[in-house]
Amino acid sequence: MAEAIWVYAEVLEGAITPTTLELVTRAAEVGTAEAILLGAAPADAVETLGAYGAATVYRSADPVFDEFLTLPAFETVSALIEARRPAVVLFASSYAGRDLAAALCARLDCGAITDVGDFRLDGRNVEATIPALGGSYLTRTTLVNNGPKLLLVRPKSFEPRRSGGTATVEEIAAPFDGSVRRVRVAERVAVPVEGPRLEGASNIVAGGRGLKSAEAFHMLHELADLIGGAVGATRAVVDAAWVPYSMQIGQTGKTVKPNVYIACGISGAIQHLAGMKTSKSIIAINTDPEAPIFKVADLGIVGDVFQVVPQLISEIKRRKGLA
Amino acid sequence: MRRKDLPHEIDPAAASALEEGLRLTEQHGGSVTFITMGIADVTVGIRRALATGASAAIHLLDEAFGGSDTLGTAKALAAAIRRESYDLVICATESSDSYSGIVPVQIAHLLGIPPVTFANKLSVDGSVLTAHRQSETGYTVVTAELPALVSTTSGINEPRYPQLKGIMAARKIEIETVTAADLGLGPDQVGASAAREKVLSVGPPPARAAGRVVEDDGNGGKQIAEHLASLGVI
Repeated sequence: MAEAIWVYAEVLEGAITPTTLELVTRAAEVGTAEAILLGAAPADAVETLGAYGAATVYRSADPVFDEFLTLPAFETVSALIEARRPAVVLFASSYAGRDLAAALCARLDCGAITDVGDFRLDGRNVEATIPALGGSYLTRTTLVNNGPKLLLVRPKSFEPRRSGGTATVEEIAAPFDGSVRRVRVAERVAVPVEGPRLEGASNIVAGGRGLKSAEAFHMLHELADLIGGAVGATRAVVDAAWVPYSMQIGQTGKTVKPNVYIACGISGAIQHLAGMKTSKSIIAINTDPEAPIFKVADLGIVGDVFQVVPQLISEIKRRKGLA
Repeated sequence: MRRKDLPHEIDPAAASALEEGLRLTEQHGGSVTFITMGIADVTVGIRRALATGASAAIHLLDEAFGGSDTLGTAKALAAAIRRESYDLVICATESSDSYSGIVPVQIAHLLGIPPVTFANKLSVDGSVLTAHRQSETGYTVVTAELPALVSTTSGINEPRYPQLKGIMAARKIEIETVTAADLGLGPDQVGASAAREKVLSVGPPPARAAGRVVEDDGNGGKQIAEHLASLGVI
């Protein structure tokens, strides 16, 4: 019988996240996919999870999961794992996913593999592939603990696919213990981002420290508008507060996989490459010919972004008949 | 208050965590103890933390810690923290060299205190901590009772530099070194023997078709436009 592979499902802005659907799709290929869905979710959430391959959805809509951070989900998933003993539990490398996997790892005294790009099962043994980051190496690892194997998987590792199945819902109890109500959510604040969003953008223009100031991002927005794209940034730029965190691409930011990625003044630190390396076509502009970004670029221009980008903008305008 | 730090110099992320601790003790009183696990070379970083304002330091220094996975690291740090009295444990969200980012929550669980992660703003009022936690779309304002653990992001503040007076004063502080045996941790808890994750193979990344890198001859922008046109983007 196929081993049960669980997916911790997440909801963002009223929809099941794309990463959740990627994980469910892959789980159904490798074993029997089962999803855990806690807290508020869209009306068609269970139907969606089923359509992407989940055979069972463990569900509680108790508000405790939205009113308090991490701990209610932790107690619930921990109890479920101990009762049902799935072979593998998959989490997205998201805020919630990381916190939950970390706490479960400590409670169940089991192993967790982070940054997973793919995995396969041999019986209940798991073999995970950690994709190479920049100049590093591709690694295959396994977990030798007896209990559940926890995997934190990078977004966009798999192609989500509708298989048209139907999930059975199993209602589960929410924890009543007051100890889960220790980190209270007082407010959720959305920080508006100029222009289209990075998630799902087919073209992305991103800026790094080489842009020297927040003002230089204006030209990136202009370029992005011309090619129907979104603007992103590196962690250094976000830390310098030139742009909001929601624009950060990389290991601690967003993972993107656009058609075209134009890296402007980005050296290509491993952590940044982790978030954009699988873009279909990468174009890089940097003054340093040794910058690691050129190792992943399809087209690299060793030059000054303040020369190259304005010329690119006027050339696109000329071709579009705008100038 | 405690911190962790892995590399030889203070990791920039850990420097931000330290800065946040110093800032809070300036506002509310108390003191900062800097805790780190690492080889003898990290003493340089510990001295810097003391020079910056930490009043005590604990160095988990033992070959038995070598090869620990995230949970082994968390067990060692939690065991060292448990011996102290504290109101708040501040960790860097993730060290710059190892990006797993799950050690802080493991420590919180082992200590039995609530975890508040990915904080980019932090304040304490009485026994209640309020933090802005990064989220996919902005941030979440969360509150928790102390004692608690917070992991901070490196953008939370601008870490201060040590001053001469602090550097001189730091020389007089003795760094407490702690071994696995001191913490009652055996090879089944920490070190490579306890690690659940085993590397099966390490290989070169799949080859990517070599790209074209050219010096800007004054037509770099036009070349990119040509490339975008060939991809059908414009």
